[in-house]
Amino acid sequence: MQSAVEVRDLTVAYRENPVLWDVDLDVMPGTLMAIVGPNGAGKTTLIKAILGLIKPAAGRIRILGKPYQKVASSVGYVPQRGSVDWDFPTSVMDVVLMGLYGRLGWIRRPGQSEHQVAISALKKVEMDDYSDRQISQLSGGQQQRVFLARALVQDADVYLMDEPLQGVDATTEHAIIEILHSLRSSGKTVLVVHHDLQTVTSYFDEVLLLNIRRIVSGPVSEVFTDENLRHTYGGRVAIIKNPA
Amino acid sequence: MSQFQLEIQLVASVVAAVCALPGAFLILRKMAMMSDAISHAILPGIVIAFFLTESLSSPLLIMGGALTGLLTVALVEWLRKTNLVREDAAIGLVFSTLFAIGIIMIAQFARDVHLDTDAVLLGELAFVPFDRLIIAGRDIGPQALYSSGSVGLLCAGFITLFYKELKLSTFDSALATTLGFIPGVLHYLLMGFVSMTAVAAFDAVGSVLVIALMIGPPASAYLLTNRLSRMLIYSVLLAIIAAITGYWLAYLLNASIAGCMAVMVGVQFGILFCIAPQQGLLSTRARQRNQRWQFAIKMLVIHLMQHENTPEAVQECRIDHLQDHLEWEEAFAEGVISRAASQKLLRTVGETLELTPSGRQLAQEAIVHI
Repeated sequence: MQSAVEVRDLTVAYRENPVLWDVDLDVMPGTLMAIVGPNGAGKTTLIKAILGLIKPAAGRIRILGKPYQKVASSVGYVPQRGSVDWDFPTSVMDVVLMGLYGRLGWIRRPGQSEHQVAISALKKVEMDDYSDRQISQLSGGQQQRVFLARALVQDADVYLMDEPLQGVDATTEHAIIEILHSLRSSGKTVLVVHHDLQTVTSYFDEVLLLNIRRIVSGPVSEVFTDENLRHTYGGRVAIIKNPA
Repeated sequence: MSQFQLEIQLVASVVAAVCALPGAFLILRKMAMMSDAISHAILPGIVIAFFLTESLSSPLLIMGGALTGLLTVALVEWLRKTNLVREDAAIGLVFSTLFAIGIIMIAQFARDVHLDTDAVLLGELAFVPFDRLIIAGRDIGPQALYSSGSVGLLCAGFITLFYKELKLSTFDSALATTLGFIPGVLHYLLMGFVSMTAVAAFDAVGSVLVIALMIGPPASAYLLTNRLSRMLIYSVLLAIIAAITGYWLAYLLNASIAGCMAVMVGVQFGILFCIAPQQGLLSTRARQRNQRWQFAIKMLVIHLMQHENTPEAVQECRIDHLQDHLEWEEAFAEGVISRAASQKLLRTVGETLELTPSGRQLAQEAIVHI
């Protein structure tokens, strides 16, 4: 079967310092995978390299068997919430519509049908009552839901999400996980940068343990072991893990 | 009002409106100081174009200025990427050097022509009507009106056509890249318009005051709305108001028109900063005060609810007890009680307080949301 995401010998460096070193990764379609590792492990860099936002020093990346540019419209991206200015003068609806700009192409404006797509995505994240709201008036969890809705409207095959559960309330976390599971059941591939080791087992099918190098990747039940975690985080961190 | 006066106000309004359009995007991209850099750095480009064409009104002047503006942006970015200089320092280094080169060029080679440093720094709107555009022997109005007007139409056309792309790449340039748009190109196009606008405006208001017109009206408009399209429209309207009021202030004081326009931009911002309906200082203060009272009322009703129907209720719900227990000043406690009573959340029975059904409901809801 064709991998949804295939990474071969990926090395990314800022000047002399390697941020990712010789990373290999295969993700099969319909997988919900967590990317886990300490700060500075290169989790965000990996996502950005897959999206073509960072030029690697070496390595090959294929999405659905093709280079990113060929399949850009089938890839949805949820950046870190803090990466944008939430005081920007725009509404929730406008932000969600941005997810459809790629499909619209240059110059064409979103119309009636795009608004309907956006509304139904906002319904999925239970934010449809907020479509006219100025984005600065949203709570952190609401901002994250809007970002998720913006990716959902793309109806992509592969989703890359950077810390979608960072700093959200419990209700939002639950709602987001439910959406991730329903994406997975409809055959989508979802890669999620995740920071909470305690929930990896219950939320995800597969996990990539990353610390500049790929430590290990595979089904959570097989690779999410104390030994691998110690290897990833070094001796520094005491790891508390729920027994599976 | 004479035709001269009318023409000056017209040119001032057009120049101000044209500056406000790209200025709005500079503010949202947190690049306000770039307008200062560009408006100064265009000088050598203007001087060189002036040598080539021997005229201050050639479109080549605008092109020359725009190219130097882009060179400024490129140099700043290149310096920043070396990681040896921070962005703010890079801006300071690049624009002052280019500007100084322009000044030397004028002093050395253009001493006897109609391009002097005063005009470059401050402009002179009052002279604008003397420089006419004459086509086929017919006088069709002041030349500055046409040069700034055409830049303005181009800029408005650019923003209208690429509104969606500009909005996306300003808000989230990473997403813009992943969706196949090219934020880098849009960025340079926008900077090109900032430069062209600066050239068109410098003749009228000089390079020092271009920044006031680029940043002031959009900054004021930002206080009035939270939609990008409205921010652009309000920026233009506020710019025109500042231009016309500035003109009449200058008329009253017999002072520099450009200077008075910049003063009016500042006054306008100061007024809106205080009284803007949502984001103004006064309404923010009022909102904060109100929130403080509302929060205290919630604390009070929760306190009352928790002691309701308990043996110590007689003690805990006494008015004078609030001062000890919640450590509220007497006046504050009285304020909270009277506000809560006027909202029919509680009533006073002798010396003690009693919740009404709606007070109890508020307390229950508030506890859930804590």
